[in-house]
Amino acid sequence: MRFKWWHGALIFALFLALLSPLASSFPDGLERVAEVKGFIETAQGAVFEVIPDYVMPGVGSEARATIFAGLLGTLILFGIGYGLARALKAKKSEA
Amino acid sequence: MHIPDGFVSAPVATAGIVVAAGCVAGAVKATNKKMGEKQVPLMGVLAAFIFAAQMLNFPIAGGTSGHLIGAALAAILLGPGAAILIMTCVLAVQCLVFQDGGLFALGVNIFNMGIVASFVGYYVYRGGAFLPGGRKGVALVSGGLAAWLSVVAASVACAVELAISGTVPLGVALPAMAGVHALIGIGEGAITVAVLSLIMATRADLLEMEKA
Repeated sequence: MRFKWWHGALIFALFLALLSPLASSFPDGLERVAEVKGFIETAQGAVFEVIPDYVMPGVGSEARATIFAGLLGTLILFGIGYGLARALKAKKSEA
Repeated sequence: MHIPDGFVSAPVATAGIVVAAGCVAGAVKATNKKMGEKQVPLMGVLAAFIFAAQMLNFPIAGGTSGHLIGAALAAILLGPGAAILIMTCVLAVQCLVFQDGGLFALGVNIFNMGIVASFVGYYVYRGGAFLPGGRKGVALVSGGLAAWLSVVAASVACAVELAISGTVPLGVALPAMAGVHALIGIGEGAITVAVLSLIMATRADLLEMEKA
């Protein structure tokens, strides 16, 4: 299979997932506002948990668990996006 | 800006689900059988990139962080319909697999970061075409502006939902949310401009695909 532009783009996205342990752990905009304005306590926990907070359960190091979760999510989203676009594709191929 | 369950009331969450479902159905109808050959992998890599980039929170002022939304970038490259579908996929996976954003709040989150951000991003970018100057420069300026405004607009929608839910008064939520997201939006603008320049330098044809 020839190397296509989107192979590079997918590799770039996976590379970003490798950087995920470096992300800032400060609260995000909405969380910050909720803390300052005093409604953070109204948040409810998740109904069920699969990979909560982008940390793969059962992996010792948190950095590695975050990278696993990030790579997995990135691949899942590529698959869903690609599959969905294929399903929506024009009938006649145009190149 | 992923709203957890509890921040929005049951009626607001329900309205979000109904509106989001309607818009996603409309987006499927608008894009169905219109995807070109090149757009299929582009939609896949955009969904993957947006998910990965959303994990990378960057610090802004005052012990707060922000991350890319990505809806404006997707709307610039593929149009608002496809952008809504991409954002819905990203937000649904984040909610169902990674417990980021509440299950019942998924509708309002799709509304804010999918629908509002995609439409605002798309129309600001299209509106920028009337600016004077070279085509590449205009595309970058309007792309950055579109990205910034898409974040602020999504935060305003979020503030309104919190206020209608009775969680926090609008007079408190609106300036706080819009203020902090005006800063986060600068990051969104910078990332969007960087990706657009990268595409211009390598695959300029991808930018020509979306013609209304």
